[in-house]
Amino acid sequence: MTTKAAKPGSFRVNRRTALQGMAGAAGLMAAPGFVRYAQAHSGAPIKLGVPIHRTGIGASYGRWYERVLTAAVKLVNEGGGIAGHRVEAIVEDDGTDPRRGTEVIEKFATQHKVDAVFGHLFSHVVNAAAPRAGELKMPYIVCSEGHHVASVKLNRYCFQPGITDVKSQVQSMAPWVMANLGKKVTMIFPDYAFGHDHRDYFSAAVKAKGGEVVALIPIPPTETSFTRHFPKIPASTEVLYHVMVGPGVLTFVKELGQHFGSKRPQLFGFVDSIEAVDLASPALEYLEGTHFWEGNPRYAQANQSAHDKFFRERVGVDANGASKSDPKDVSTYAHMFSVWETLFIIKQAMEKADYHGPEKKVAFMEALESLKEFPESRQHPQGRKIFNGKTHQVFGHQFISKVENKKLKVVHKTSIEDGMYPDEGDYTKMSF
Amino acid sequence: MDFGPYLLLATMEGAVGAAVLALTALGLSLVFGVMRVVNVAHGEFFMLGAVIAWWVAHLVGAHPALGFLAALVVAPIMVGLVAAVAERLVLRRLGYDPEATIVATIGLLYVIQQAALSTFGPDARPVEPPVDFRILLPWFGYSGYKLLVIAAAAALMLCVWWVLARTRVGLMMRATRFDRETARAFAIPVDRVYGGVFALGAMLAAVGAVLIVPIQQAHYLMGHDPLLLSFIVVIIGGLGSLRGTVLAALVIGMSDGVISVFFSPTLAKILATLLVAIVLVIRPTGLFGARAA
Repeated sequence: MTTKAAKPGSFRVNRRTALQGMAGAAGLMAAPGFVRYAQAHSGAPIKLGVPIHRTGIGASYGRWYERVLTAAVKLVNEGGGIAGHRVEAIVEDDGTDPRRGTEVIEKFATQHKVDAVFGHLFSHVVNAAAPRAGELKMPYIVCSEGHHVASVKLNRYCFQPGITDVKSQVQSMAPWVMANLGKKVTMIFPDYAFGHDHRDYFSAAVKAKGGEVVALIPIPPTETSFTRHFPKIPASTEVLYHVMVGPGVLTFVKELGQHFGSKRPQLFGFVDSIEAVDLASPALEYLEGTHFWEGNPRYAQANQSAHDKFFRERVGVDANGASKSDPKDVSTYAHMFSVWETLFIIKQAMEKADYHGPEKKVAFMEALESLKEFPESRQHPQGRKIFNGKTHQVFGHQFISKVENKKLKVVHKTSIEDGMYPDEGDYTKMSF
Repeated sequence: MDFGPYLLLATMEGAVGAAVLALTALGLSLVFGVMRVVNVAHGEFFMLGAVIAWWVAHLVGAHPALGFLAALVVAPIMVGLVAAVAERLVLRRLGYDPEATIVATIGLLYVIQQAALSTFGPDARPVEPPVDFRILLPWFGYSGYKLLVIAAAAALMLCVWWVLARTRVGLMMRATRFDRETARAFAIPVDRVYGGVFALGAMLAAVGAVLIVPIQQAHYLMGHDPLLLSFIVVIIGGLGSLRGTVLAALVIGMSDGVISVFFSPTLAKILATLLVAIVLVIRPTGLFGARAA
């Protein structure tokens, strides 16, 4: 059969195809993305590389991280930029893929020649990209909420000053869950770094408060149906702790409803399970009366701060946490503030270090390590935070919300101290 | 949960998977059997079916059942058209050469996937099931729609069998598959049969996707798993053997369901792939495959 295949000459290059190819290449060079590194900049603006999950399983987060980024950069530039330099954010899509995420860091360092990289989110991508950032001596400031930075297992170039980590989050909420929902917990979590943080630290926090984790159910990240996992939930379960991310979330809740009906255990979820999902979606009525952790309350609360109002206004989010132009386009409100806050922290540290170009990179990172506290403000609309320069991790308030009338109502706000734990190392003792 | 109900749930989950898998794999097997084309883009036709189903259901907007029924008709037709165009523009020009078509369909895979990404977007979107009732068993509840999926898939497979075994069109397909040159000599329009078979194969994948989308949501990357499982099924069942495909789909689908429930979904995939390796070593033609001509 192979002999019938290619007629001689069917792949021959003639003048027309050659010309077409050249025209295509020229068009590619003229495309906006290419120009940036085809013509070298002379260092006037401060360039920040932002790897965004535009595609892949983190795409809904990526969409909103990018919108927040655009709004924050605009605000910074309106206020005179950083140390007098205009800020230019260069976005690259990493497909929520660890390999691609690492390549993007390289591209930022070698082609775009950025001053720092920030905003990386999904923990499996961060874990893959962080060592490369260290090798390239690139400040790498993540918005990921994994425990990887605070574990002091990465390198001195990695920071997480804009969002708290999972260990701190679960530790501050476990006492409330034990006291109000039940002591026998079954955990359902994604089977990779982020989920493992939940498994390890929530289990530890539950045990410390006299509770018991009766079953651990890891879910492979590409899973699309969940019914098959539900029989593993022991009948003695009082609280079902769920943290799911990715495209399967709606299915998860729906199948949970079909499986348990009204005889369900108490549900406590990480809002990650329903980020970017409209709570008024069909099948989600099953979540009515259940509780969620929120990093930042999606629905404007009765006691909403002026800073939160300002943040929503600038990012284009309404009081329900959805896009102002499309109420069906729900934001990842519990996480995306971190991009905003991190940019202002970069600004603060760079200005403290009198940063005007890459030769001051080390001074910039030392200035970042020296920061102690971020008061609640327009720059920090989620609330006051305390930064630990030794572990490069920030600590802040957490919110526990209840689903009432298809909205999340905050019922408990933890103190910053609730989420503190002893340092696991000291980045400042490592070399740059 | 006790062993009995546990097994029951595992079997039900497995049956849903097997039913949809059988439809999808049947499409792949049909294309290979008649055209000797290994269609790597088959999973993307599946995804396209789901995405179009969302679009149609969204457009109709009225009662979910109405939107779903419209999708059940429109999505396979549109996917069939796309497949027919691809067959005419790409596969035919390559003379259906086995190696060239593999590369071409890999290209097609990316074209369709990226087209879906740039139009439909990266989010997973739900389609409401046409009926939404919960079957309450003493030990657990189960989605009534999932049981409907099994029935619908079985009915569709009977239709396919009837078309292939009892109609003139089916006779042409079988003749073309048996011997292309002789079929041409008997005035069978082989070119048109090829176009039709490729479209039909894609439509079967699309129908499977429309059935599954109220359970799984439409997402631009959802074509990967069905493709892998379809290949496993087609290889185990014997390339080109429809009977083998359906049987293998039942075995793989059921074992995937049962092993996933009792152990882990990853183990199920490992075992299925291992089974492929064993079949390839011991019986390279598959369980029901004819000896290579």
